[in-house]
Amino acid sequence: MNINTSRFGELEVPAEDIITFPLGILGFDKTSRYVILNDPATEPLRWLQSVDNKDLAFVIIDPLRFRSEYTLDLSDEDVLDLKLSAPEEAILYAIVVIPKDNPEKMTANLQGPIVINANLMRAKQVISTNSSHKLKHFILEEMKAMLATTQKRLGKLGVKLNRRESTTKSTDEEAR
Amino acid sequence: MLVLTRKKNQKIMIGDDIEITIVDIRSEQIKLGINAPNHIKVFRKEVYDAIQEENKAAASSPEDIKGLSDLFKG
Repeated sequence: MNINTSRFGELEVPAEDIITFPLGILGFDKTSRYVILNDPATEPLRWLQSVDNKDLAFVIIDPLRFRSEYTLDLSDEDVLDLKLSAPEEAILYAIVVIPKDNPEKMTANLQGPIVINANLMRAKQVISTNSSHKLKHFILEEMKAMLATTQKRLGKLGVKLNRRESTTKSTDEEAR
Repeated sequence: MLVLTRKKNQKIMIGDDIEITIVDIRSEQIKLGINAPNHIKVFRKEVYDAIQEENKAAASSPEDIKGLSDLFKG
């Protein structure tokens, strides 16, 4: 189907890619259909574009990109709303706020993450009861801290990160 | 809105399984005890309001985020 967007013009989206939020997103209760736009040029940020409101789009990110230990406890009500039958069906995203004059200070909301049932394409903005999940997580700072920790761990194991990068490269070349 | 007057240690029921107790009363603050089934989520209203506000801020992100990808490569 064709959807009209103010940022990306008219887009052709397969019907099976449309995600339904039966309860909407908090503050936007009346808008229920969205689509995720994957553009390599914006990775790891993605757009969650409304199907019905051309002006409405959110920037989202996979929380694991800056927080390796992010896990979420869903309430029974959330599981029912999402019609989840197994944890593996769930995909998590955090909504990102990007200050226009200072994008480096972009934050992700881990207190109100988005959970998508990937099989049914049904989604909900849930509220985390974990007090370490805040409204504003500074993405770039946490990502740097996460990478530093990984580097430390790898260092202890005697692995050098630059060596790992060259391995990845050669694998890519082999794949070609 | 239904308004009920209660004293300390008195309770109200919402439906058959949500019980709210007035635990303590001070001049500017009251303490509530809430007994509810697991599937009922209980939050301070501020949490909902804050997430709504955050969503509204997110909805007015920059129109173009292509240049931001580089920030993740550092």
